[in-house]
Amino acid sequence: MRRLPVSALIGLLLTGAFFAVAIFAQWLAPYQIGEIVGGVWDPASSAHLLGTDSIGRDLLTRMIYGAQVTIFVATCATILSFVTGSVLGFLAATAGGWVDQALSRFVDLVMAIPSLILALVVLTAVDVTLPTLIIVMGLLDSTRVFRLSRAVAVDITVMDYVEAARLRGEGQGWVIFSEILPNALTPLIAELGLRFIFAVLFISTLSFLGLGVQPPLADWGGLVKENSAGLIYGKSAALAPAMAIAALAISVNLVADWVLSRTTSLKGGRGA
Amino acid sequence: MHNTLDIKGLRIEATSYPPGEKPRDVVLVNNVSVSVQQGRVLGLIGESGAGKSTIGLSAMSYGRGGVRLTGGHILLNGREIREAGPAELRTLRGREVTYVAQSAAAAFNPAIRLMDQVIETSLLHGVMSRTEAEARAVELFGKLGLPDPENFGRRYPHQVSGGQLQRAMTAMALCPKPDLVIFDEPTTALDVTTQIDVLVAIKTAIRDTGVAALYITHDLAVVAQVADDILVLRGGKKVEYGTTDQIINNPQEDYTKALVSVRSIDHDEKAEAPPVLSVAGVTARYRGTNFDVLKNITVDLPAGQTLAVVGESGSGKSTLARVITGLLPAAKGKLTFAGRTLSPALAQRSKDDLREVQMIYQMADTAMNPRQTVGTIIGRPLEFYFDLKGEAKRQRVQELLDEIEMGSGFADRYPAELSGGQKQRVCIARALAAKPKLIICDEVTSALDPLVADGILKLLLSLQAREGVAYLFITHDLATVRAIADKIAVMYRGEVVRYGGKTDVLTPPFDDYTDLLLSSVPEMKLGWLEEVLENRKMESAGN
Repeated sequence: MRRLPVSALIGLLLTGAFFAVAIFAQWLAPYQIGEIVGGVWDPASSAHLLGTDSIGRDLLTRMIYGAQVTIFVATCATILSFVTGSVLGFLAATAGGWVDQALSRFVDLVMAIPSLILALVVLTAVDVTLPTLIIVMGLLDSTRVFRLSRAVAVDITVMDYVEAARLRGEGQGWVIFSEILPNALTPLIAELGLRFIFAVLFISTLSFLGLGVQPPLADWGGLVKENSAGLIYGKSAALAPAMAIAALAISVNLVADWVLSRTTSLKGGRGA
Repeated sequence: MHNTLDIKGLRIEATSYPPGEKPRDVVLVNNVSVSVQQGRVLGLIGESGAGKSTIGLSAMSYGRGGVRLTGGHILLNGREIREAGPAELRTLRGREVTYVAQSAAAAFNPAIRLMDQVIETSLLHGVMSRTEAEARAVELFGKLGLPDPENFGRRYPHQVSGGQLQRAMTAMALCPKPDLVIFDEPTTALDVTTQIDVLVAIKTAIRDTGVAALYITHDLAVVAQVADDILVLRGGKKVEYGTTDQIINNPQEDYTKALVSVRSIDHDEKAEAPPVLSVAGVTARYRGTNFDVLKNITVDLPAGQTLAVVGESGSGKSTLARVITGLLPAAKGKLTFAGRTLSPALAQRSKDDLREVQMIYQMADTAMNPRQTVGTIIGRPLEFYFDLKGEAKRQRVQELLDEIEMGSGFADRYPAELSGGQKQRVCIARALAAKPKLIICDEVTSALDPLVADGILKLLLSLQAREGVAYLFITHDLATVRAIADKIAVMYRGEVVRYGGKTDVLTPPFDDYTDLLLSSVPEMKLGWLEEVLENRKMESAGN
């Protein structure tokens, strides 16, 4: 194992910290999530480290619970998109023929519509709850994962060892999960990091537009929206969640970059 | 008269990065000294990893990918170049020393006409004007036996054959009138029938232009035809250095003797036996084309014997394997295997049909999943066909490993941790695990060094004697055929042109193609090339 580069170390530490905050939010938050504890947009003080929000709730508490919602939704959506996207992508690559055509053209169709607009349309039509959000985001994102995993798997299916498995009489399941998946894992893991960041940005965008996480729950995008009016009066409360989104995105990105550079380096390439 | 190239006590090192360990320096070449005079050809010969290409490239003071020339002297025309700076190297590379690479198809830029690529270095170095360079290129095209030399340069690389491309690259190397040309395995990627034309062209061109040359190859029979002196290398060290005559006819070292006498396997043709596989009137074409790749093929493979299918690339021999395995269903014809009719398509075959026909591939690297251990690779057919699990499976895997002479401790290794020969052995074990009646061997020894390939052939023969398995042995190498076959089918453009027992097929009178094919296999004797050219009946397809 070569030494971890500094950037990856910083990324790992920050990402770890964000996830720890999200998991232990209930114990870390100093106040109740909906509790009004001060005035409107109080500045930072020892009692309220980040000040208070538009109706006097403790901003730090809101941020910590927001981290939980944001990271939970993004993680679930990413997992959903990877499971559907990669399984269907591998299936398209191994089955070929009309299965491949049908899946690929359907994905092309979905990708031709801007995903934010599509998500907005769907979410106005259905009840916005956490599960529907996760399903909509996950399925929309799975189109990207489908493309990647199909491309990676198409390269692998022409290898002699896959042909050897076919000649042995192995079923589609063995070919996908034992022959292709282990060899496609590294590029997929690198993509996982990037997709997670996009999911964070996506849920934040949806919430900012009012179609994401609904009150009383709050995520970072929602917090930016609630406090954005304060910017006009010089209140900085909206900046804290915005910066948290940026920090999480950058730290996950640093980790993803490191994984990518490992998988594309000459010595530790996919074949090794 | 001074030497064109003088290498004295050359030492070459590189840093290796073994997984899970600290980087360490390894010595690739140690204390090698050679010299080449004008008009002479030095052959560098050895197995892969012997350092022959590394030494060849050092003649232009170049180290590939982090390779460092750390000691000794490299004198080109009497001038020390080992530690020359980039500016000085730029003046000599492509001017005084030029290089002919192994794969011409990969070395040419597909988007630029051949002429512009052939004269590029001459123009860059200001050796001659464009008109002079083009005239010289045309002259060289003619000398190298390329068709229509006047117009040859107007073509793009994809418009000429592989053998022609290799000769075009030789023209490129000779165009700036260099003092030294390095030929790095120039004929290895070519068919035997094409190889001979390229060899002749290279030999004539070297003689006519009077350059000095380094000729790198792993094939001693080839180098014997073109070289004046030979340096035998092993593991980066000199084994033997002498004139071609002395190395071929009177080798001193054991290793050289082994190289000279390689393919010493003798195998007598077995008696007629009932066939395990009958291919009757098979015609096949790839989907979406209207060209028959196989035309009315009829061959029989007796149980427990070996049918060698020989021919050059494009003759349809691998397609025949795909038809038998069911990957490419035949359009017409019938396959009979062990007394029952094989359905043409893979999907309709029973598990027993699949089990009894196994396949071994040319590239063992890509034939094994790099993420599975040897134990999993060999164990899977046991589990899949015989429901062996746990301890019983582990024991059987070990038995199979013993059969392929690999012993214990290999079951937990990954393919990347094996040598080329070991990888191919594991593939053989995987095929054997299914207890097949027929194993299709597709060029299984072509990617291996001669001595390693020899070991694999011996293993295959002893397994056949023990297990009674039949081989369909696809190859372009006639020496291998002599060593292993009972029956031979010679294929040419999708048809079987000659078929029968080994002795019959290899005994004259020959048809024209078999004659060409047989006579094109380089023999380990001096003057063979000239002899062949006089007696040939048919031009090879490369022209």
